[in-house]
Amino acid sequence: MCLSIPAKVVEINGNIAEVSVGGTIFKAGLQLVENVEIGDYILLHTGFAIQKVSEKEALETLKLLTEMENAMNQETSDEAC
Amino acid sequence: MKHVDEYRNKALIEKLAALIKRAASRSYIFMEVCGGHTAAIHRFGIPSLLPDNVRLLSGPGCPVCVTNNSFIDKAIAYSKMEDVIITTFGDLIRIPGSSSSLEKEKARGADIRIVFSGLEALEIAKSGSDKKVIFLGIGFETTAPGTAVTIKEAADVGIENFYVLSAHKVMPPAMETIIKEGIALDGFICPGHVAAITGSSAFSFIADKYRLGCVITGFEPVDILQAIYMLINQVNNDSPSAEIQYSRAVTRQGNVIAQRLIYEVFILSDEQWRGLGVIPASGLTLRKEYGRYDAESSIPLPPSVNVYEEHALCICGEILRGLKIPPDCRLFAGTCVPQNPVGACMVSNEGACNTYYKYRRNE
Repeated sequence: MCLSIPAKVVEINGNIAEVSVGGTIFKAGLQLVENVEIGDYILLHTGFAIQKVSEKEALETLKLLTEMENAMNQETSDEAC
Repeated sequence: MKHVDEYRNKALIEKLAALIKRAASRSYIFMEVCGGHTAAIHRFGIPSLLPDNVRLLSGPGCPVCVTNNSFIDKAIAYSKMEDVIITTFGDLIRIPGSSSSLEKEKARGADIRIVFSGLEALEIAKSGSDKKVIFLGIGFETTAPGTAVTIKEAADVGIENFYVLSAHKVMPPAMETIIKEGIALDGFICPGHVAAITGSSAFSFIADKYRLGCVITGFEPVDILQAIYMLINQVNNDSPSAEIQYSRAVTRQGNVIAQRLIYEVFILSDEQWRGLGVIPASGLTLRKEYGRYDAESSIPLPPSVNVYEEHALCICGEILRGLKIPPDCRLFAGTCVPQNPVGACMVSNEGACNTYYKYRRNE
């Protein structure tokens, strides 16, 4: 029930989108989200898109994590010295 | 898959586990209050990546688990009416009521159909059947807006034979109930998808009023470990706040359209939770304007239905409150197994007992 899956929008017909989860197509109601376009990722929950997945924020998180990882590697190699 | 695989990166997982180990300077107990998190935590073996002084506890986050017997009993009573079709999410069908389950009633011939969304239930009502179609509305803030859309659509199109039996709930009051019980907790792994709707601000009171850590968390292993690291830092720095780890889906204000729809159709009401009792203003009941779609007020039930019995030895309630863990239960993995569940927590894929049974029963 709490499961919501990131799904890629492949087609939009009015209030209903066809979305792909790893190639499997589901229908998603678009009544809860605005400005959804083909190619966007949405969170699919019980037949509805409940939120758009922010590409920008996703990249930010990954960048932050990679920076943390690099900082830690740096620290570890400093310790080794 | 995009937005999934990146957060299952082994090197990143190992680094985060190392960071947690290094930062964990005392004992910590964090509670997850989303069934999706319970399932992900055990599926990905998160506890095995944590040092012994960082413990995770499951809370009341599985919507079918906190749905109490009387709701199931009512649904079963409706399913026995000749002119009724019950439509439900699949999760609910095996949950035991006082003396039966929807699955058993379906086997006995009741017209009970599994749907993936409220709109699908509405389609059944639209399809010319003269039967009354009752949709079992369960779930938290993530699911309630979909039910609201469905009811509005029924009203717009003028569908006369569609009804909702609502056990929709909102999460923050249940978290406050857990806190008030006095369970030793340092913070919450807050539900990412509930927060996608409510916004992180709905959880700020936990940090402000109760000084407990709060991190809105995604559902992949990197998400969960990063959130635990953030929680440890909140505790260490004595700086609790409703931080967002799951920023690709959650903002401070949340999904305003969905929030508006929920409160256009529903009104907050006192609600009975399995294991937690009645929590004030934690349930969603249909507003008067939409009362004709409310199954309970439109289709009367015989008075004998409200019998409310749980198995005497089942400790689902204490597990949902974080007081006990599944192996503490005498029924766990013996009498109570996923194939033949006694309590709701063993039925749902997101239930604490079910996930514990699947991934950790041999520990």
